[in-house]
Amino acid sequence: MPSLIDLTLEGRKVGQHGPWPRVVVDAPVWTFAASELAHGRWSLLGLWGEPATVHMAIMDGQTAEIAVVSLDCPDRTFPSVGRHHPPALRLERTIDDLFGLSAQGSPDARPWLDHDRWGVRFPLGDRIDALPTAAAYRFLAADGDGLHQIAVGPVHAGIIEPGHFRFTASGETVVRLEQRLGYVHKGIDGLMTGASLERGAQLAGRTSGDSTVAYAYAFSRAAEAALDLVVPDRAVFLRALLAELERLANHLGDIGAICNDASFTLMHAHCGVLRESVLRAAGAAFGHRLMRDIIVPGGVSRDIGDGGAETIQATLDNIRLRFPALVELYDNTASLQDRTVDTGTLKPPLARQYAAGGYVGRASGRSFDARRTLAYPPYDSLRFDVPVLSEGDVNARVWIRIREVEQCVSLIDQILSRLPEGPTRKDVPLGGEVREGMAIVEGFRGDVLVWLRLRNGLIERCHMRDPSWFQWPLLEAVIENNIVADFPLCNKSFNCSYSGHDL
Amino acid sequence: MRKLLFESVFRQPLTERAPLPDDAAVAELATALGQAARRRLGRSLSIREVDAGSCNGCELEIHALNNAYYDVERFGLRFVASPRHADVLMVTGPVTKNMREALERTYHAMPNPKWVVAVGDCARNGGCFAGSYAVVGGVSEVVPVDLHIPGCPPAPTAMLQGLLALLERADAGAVTP
Repeated sequence: MPSLIDLTLEGRKVGQHGPWPRVVVDAPVWTFAASELAHGRWSLLGLWGEPATVHMAIMDGQTAEIAVVSLDCPDRTFPSVGRHHPPALRLERTIDDLFGLSAQGSPDARPWLDHDRWGVRFPLGDRIDALPTAAAYRFLAADGDGLHQIAVGPVHAGIIEPGHFRFTASGETVVRLEQRLGYVHKGIDGLMTGASLERGAQLAGRTSGDSTVAYAYAFSRAAEAALDLVVPDRAVFLRALLAELERLANHLGDIGAICNDASFTLMHAHCGVLRESVLRAAGAAFGHRLMRDIIVPGGVSRDIGDGGAETIQATLDNIRLRFPALVELYDNTASLQDRTVDTGTLKPPLARQYAAGGYVGRASGRSFDARRTLAYPPYDSLRFDVPVLSEGDVNARVWIRIREVEQCVSLIDQILSRLPEGPTRKDVPLGGEVREGMAIVEGFRGDVLVWLRLRNGLIERCHMRDPSWFQWPLLEAVIENNIVADFPLCNKSFNCSYSGHDL
Repeated sequence: MRKLLFESVFRQPLTERAPLPDDAAVAELATALGQAARRRLGRSLSIREVDAGSCNGCELEIHALNNAYYDVERFGLRFVASPRHADVLMVTGPVTKNMREALERTYHAMPNPKWVVAVGDCARNGGCFAGSYAVVGGVSEVVPVDLHIPGCPPAPTAMLQGLLALLERADAGAVTP
């Protein structure tokens, strides 16, 4: 079996790409990589375009080696990866929408983010005017006696992001769910081009609001990888503190919200109170409840405020006091368990195939956690468990979150007790003419990947891949044969990002 | 469960005192509500929220309005599932081109009188996404806006202040002949 390193020898290595190698390969090597993905030897981490190039980030699951392979496509086509490896399909459709590079041999050539509303086609490639009349989007067919369709969205009943779900049901049972996303596409990749690092960090922090810390963290680490910049120790620890507070707040909110979708509002109310306490502590310590714009290239933009550490500590003490009773309540309420156990089951092979990150992957036997597998500082020196289950149902995804709440509390404790003194920010050098960097950071939802190329200190191209890209398609799979009424429950247990996906 | 419920009988409620209505918002609304609010609504407004392209940060804080600390329903403010039931359309985000039609249709599905509250910095003028090929701009480019609540995202208290100002004006309008 060829290792990832062997593959990288097959191509022309690009200088100034950190910390993992990037190689320019030819079409046969590109296709070989696709078939290795299909055989499950490697995992697809990302697939993105440039006006005349496509890039693919892959990871060897055994060794945690990572590489980026690039293919020049002067004739505006490239061999389809999705043809061999379905997780790449939506990414390829996006590359076609944005850059006009088409995946040859792809079984699904429909547009994805482009709803024919932008007035242009291929906005980031060779722009042309949009088609005069929008073609209707073709949903996939489902045939059978007595099937009916339920169309939901883009505006949903609750306070949530927009997206369209097309259910085909037989009575109460879902036969097929097809998602149609892209409604909140803001063109962030386009806005990044030509932006300064400062503006880039601002945009990154507004890609998915619930992961604002994770995105700013990944963006900053990618920029620092490109510039060979080492941030001060205190900033390294403060970043992890911010990331864990974000994870804690989101998991607490999710646990309550999942139970709420099973009409168990008591959990929702109590978890909501704990979530609010974390946001208030974050606001007191860092001046912003969601901790936006704190992580910047070079370090952090502000230090923890006076009394901030004590406020956070008091919040943790309260969670330690109150959370166990809620866990017990969840575990001992049969009517709630009846809804969550065996509902929306994601089989481990599918989680592995899609390299699903976060609680979606870890509830289905995939142990990947960027903090552990890639062990970026300060996580290489902190003690924590990565909980993994294999049942893959809504219940397992709740339990992963419960265990991660406990881990978060312990991690924040460790960080606060070991917070080094010293500066919190370093000046960011302009760097050489061209510098490239990539980073993967574990957000609450899973691994956020950021790749960028800087030219004379400005962003020439930046691509951000939300963990939802590899989770949304799995939601389509797990809802099959469940009842329509369980969809909100399944959906909330995934809690994929629309904005992070649509960009 | 019984223990948790029992405790809540004896514990002080977490709900906090209402903030004063935001002065700036009251001034902004004074003109907006003059005519329309003459119809009696009572001290109650139903709100339909639409994310027209936000990063979901604003949604998180709107959600927080429903937690025990802010408890927005005690003011008669209720989030409803259908625009047909709504008096207020609360819109977040820069309006994306892909969401423009959905926003317009939601607005037109609401009965009169109705108000539009734009939440967050993006909703004013597109914020940091202004100028993108995929973004229309602020909410007022698509539907008429009566009140804007700034912030990225606005804290729940700021949203509460804005909504209370709206409620007060709607109420005042209702009793003035």
